[in-house]
Amino acid sequence: MLRPSSISELAEAIGTARASGQRLELRGGGSKAGIGQQRETTILSMQGFAGVIDYDPPELVLTAGAATPLAEIEALLAAQGQMLAFDPYDHGRLFGSAEAATLGGVIAAGVSGSRRLSAGAVRDHFLGFRAVSGRGEAFIGGAKVVKNVTGYDLPKLMANSWGRLAALTEVTLKVLPRPRASATIVLPGLSDEAAILAMAQAMGSQAEVAAAAHVPAALCNPALTALRLEGFAPSVQARTQMLLALFKPQGPDVLLEADSAALWDGIRHAAPLAGEGTLWRINVPPTAGAQVTQPLAAMGAYWLYDWAGGLIWLQLPPGADGLAVRAAASAAGGHAVLVRGDGGGLPILHPESPGVAALSARVKAAFDPDGILDPHRFG
Amino acid sequence: MEMPAPDMAVMARRSEIIAALRAIIPGEGVISDPASLRPWESDGLTAYAQVPLVVALPENTAQVAAVLRWCNANGVKVVPRGSGTSLSGGALPLADGVLLGLSRLNQVLDIDYADRVAVVQPGVTNLAITQAVEERGFYYAPDPSSQIACSIGGNVAENSGGVHCLKYGLTTNNVLGVELVLIDGEIVRLGGRQLDPQGLDLLGIVIGSEGLLGVVTEVTVRILPRPETARAVLLGFPSVESAGQCVAEVIGAGIIPAGMEMMDRPAIHAAEAFVNVGYPLDVEALLIVELDGPSAECDYLIDEVAKIAAANGAVTSRVSTNEAERLSFWAGRKAAFPAVGRISPDYFCMDGTIPRRRLPDVLQRMEQLSLAYGLKVANVFHAGDGNLHPLILYDANKPGELAQAEAFGADILRLCVEVGGVLTGEHGVGVEKRDLMPAMFSETDLAHQERVKSAFDPGLLLNPGKVFPLLHRCAEMGRVHVHHGKLPFPELPRF
Repeated sequence: MLRPSSISELAEAIGTARASGQRLELRGGGSKAGIGQQRETTILSMQGFAGVIDYDPPELVLTAGAATPLAEIEALLAAQGQMLAFDPYDHGRLFGSAEAATLGGVIAAGVSGSRRLSAGAVRDHFLGFRAVSGRGEAFIGGAKVVKNVTGYDLPKLMANSWGRLAALTEVTLKVLPRPRASATIVLPGLSDEAAILAMAQAMGSQAEVAAAAHVPAALCNPALTALRLEGFAPSVQARTQMLLALFKPQGPDVLLEADSAALWDGIRHAAPLAGEGTLWRINVPPTAGAQVTQPLAAMGAYWLYDWAGGLIWLQLPPGADGLAVRAAASAAGGHAVLVRGDGGGLPILHPESPGVAALSARVKAAFDPDGILDPHRFG
Repeated sequence: MEMPAPDMAVMARRSEIIAALRAIIPGEGVISDPASLRPWESDGLTAYAQVPLVVALPENTAQVAAVLRWCNANGVKVVPRGSGTSLSGGALPLADGVLLGLSRLNQVLDIDYADRVAVVQPGVTNLAITQAVEERGFYYAPDPSSQIACSIGGNVAENSGGVHCLKYGLTTNNVLGVELVLIDGEIVRLGGRQLDPQGLDLLGIVIGSEGLLGVVTEVTVRILPRPETARAVLLGFPSVESAGQCVAEVIGAGIIPAGMEMMDRPAIHAAEAFVNVGYPLDVEALLIVELDGPSAECDYLIDEVAKIAAANGAVTSRVSTNEAERLSFWAGRKAAFPAVGRISPDYFCMDGTIPRRRLPDVLQRMEQLSLAYGLKVANVFHAGDGNLHPLILYDANKPGELAQAEAFGADILRLCVEVGGVLTGEHGVGVEKRDLMPAMFSETDLAHQERVKSAFDPGLLLNPGKVFPLLHRCAEMGRVHVHHGKLPFPELPRF
């Protein structure tokens, strides 16, 4: 394992690998090591780049080393009444491992939780970075202010790139005030179709729903549709009444805050889908959710919906054909990522159309011409 | 400001180029006679003008693709243009380039209220998207001041913002997908109606790329339910410092207003003289804070903001009691640019962003620069996000004053970078700030950006002369190498 502790050491490590044709796998906390195909690679640990560098709460900006643990950042922000609004989660939990996510890993894997529906994803809060590209050269992208259009928006390209373009050493994120109050309204016993309709109705109302999820009866009897409201207390109260009136026919209820926190934590980490087999994260237009899951039910699949139906966490039994998941996602205009389990050789990322794949390959080559940062992990 | 020297060989082929474009676009879609070309010579940055070689106005994606394919095969440069409202010269034409106007692709293709998206062609104006969905209580959130005219295609190119972007984000946070035509005529779809990207976030890099990577022919945007109410409070302060402290404390209290705008004394006076909305004239700084949401929320937050303002010494505090009054608070701010236009023959609008805590310091140094250059400056800011719009007043008819104003503006932007900010918060680099890029990015940084350009457009035919410094080319790309900003022959003119 390589353990650089400065940008020059990192640049040298990548430069050496480039000269020798050795492939490197970037690793922060290792919480996502279980994602991807079996591989033999040299691990490049980013642990030398940890620690908070600058945090001025009223500026709404935080800069930290990429390997700073996510939990450390979240605790620091919470102490100032702030948060990462994209609601990240820790893949260590998904794999039942002790390894904990880092800020850089969360960015590189584009990890956004339930509030992504209303507050945006990692990409929408990732302002700037320092990095060493696959060329072995240190460079920066973006900046440390919340509003910037100077040059190409390279942070967007780095978020969700799975470390295939560059090794992030320092990252700057936009942070936001933590909601002072919240409430979760639940609708019991809805079918998938009825739940997706109800969530669309809630999202189209003036209730400013922060998160909307549905756990079908197969996982939770009766089925549970949950709508989360956040903000200042008078506003949350007013909007709670709005939703209770809107969904009166469905017999709505307001969840106790303690139950609410556990519910959303479970949904964000796909906790009800902790069994054997493969776990998929499927991204589709929200109202296509039920259309994606329906053909997979006969294969023994279990699932839950987040993002008002636009995100499906789906589990297939061991040995079931993952291509059916890909086909269902494609048919709905979306895509499916294999997060956990043996996909029988399927690439973890959804294949792109030939034109987009060729363009992506050219962009990747612009940062990593020799493919050093592609450790045969993504197929 | 210089543009690349026109390629005489291309100019000599003008009639052949026009004929080829006419073969692709039937009817009136190719403009070539000199009198008709004249109105296309500038965009919103009128200090610079260049009549294009020819204007092409395709009607559909297939024609866009055919034009690009032909230009790519024939080595002809292309400048894409939406409504031409860029404030940074992003759509400034080239003497040897085709100006590709997207205004005829102006249809709203689909509205899906259940998925909360609208699919539109690039020539649809920003405001027209909201107008198309408002009957069902929805709107499109980004609202650049030019929203009545600017096109969504241009918004995508520039990653446009607006006064509400602190809460609702820029264009990039509100677009889910595009159809993009590459310079070789290939049509690709990036993103879609789902939220997250499939692989590399190419959509994210295309938005804000200023027309250098491809031509957008379709845009899928998120639409939102219109908040139940919006109310504004108008606050006057005896100093810019106290106004800035008020902004920091509002955000520190966990409040993200829908809009939070500041004006300095010269801007307040110019605006009030123009629109007469009752702005206080005895204050050094004016804040407009807008809250939106359920009325219970607005009432509560207006009180909170007013308390914070009072604690910071606000001498004026007026809460809007109806929609007409709220709009009147905004009328002066929204008319700030034309208001300054009344008191000065010409003005430059700058667009840097700074960390908000540096505001008093930056304003003080701006005042010193103003004295040194002998040019007045009025300031409006998006206070919530530290985005400054200094308006430099000058008279283009006075010899040398345009150059002085340009130099003053460049100094302001260098100052923004020096205090930890950026050259442009929402207007784009364009031609205006192109040569200042090395103030913010090293040669290696810029080379990483330029390789992205080459991955999309290897021949560098799309909108050349914008964003990147003219002489900045890394050695491996086979062009002039500039070391630490030192030109090999500094005495030679820059082309």
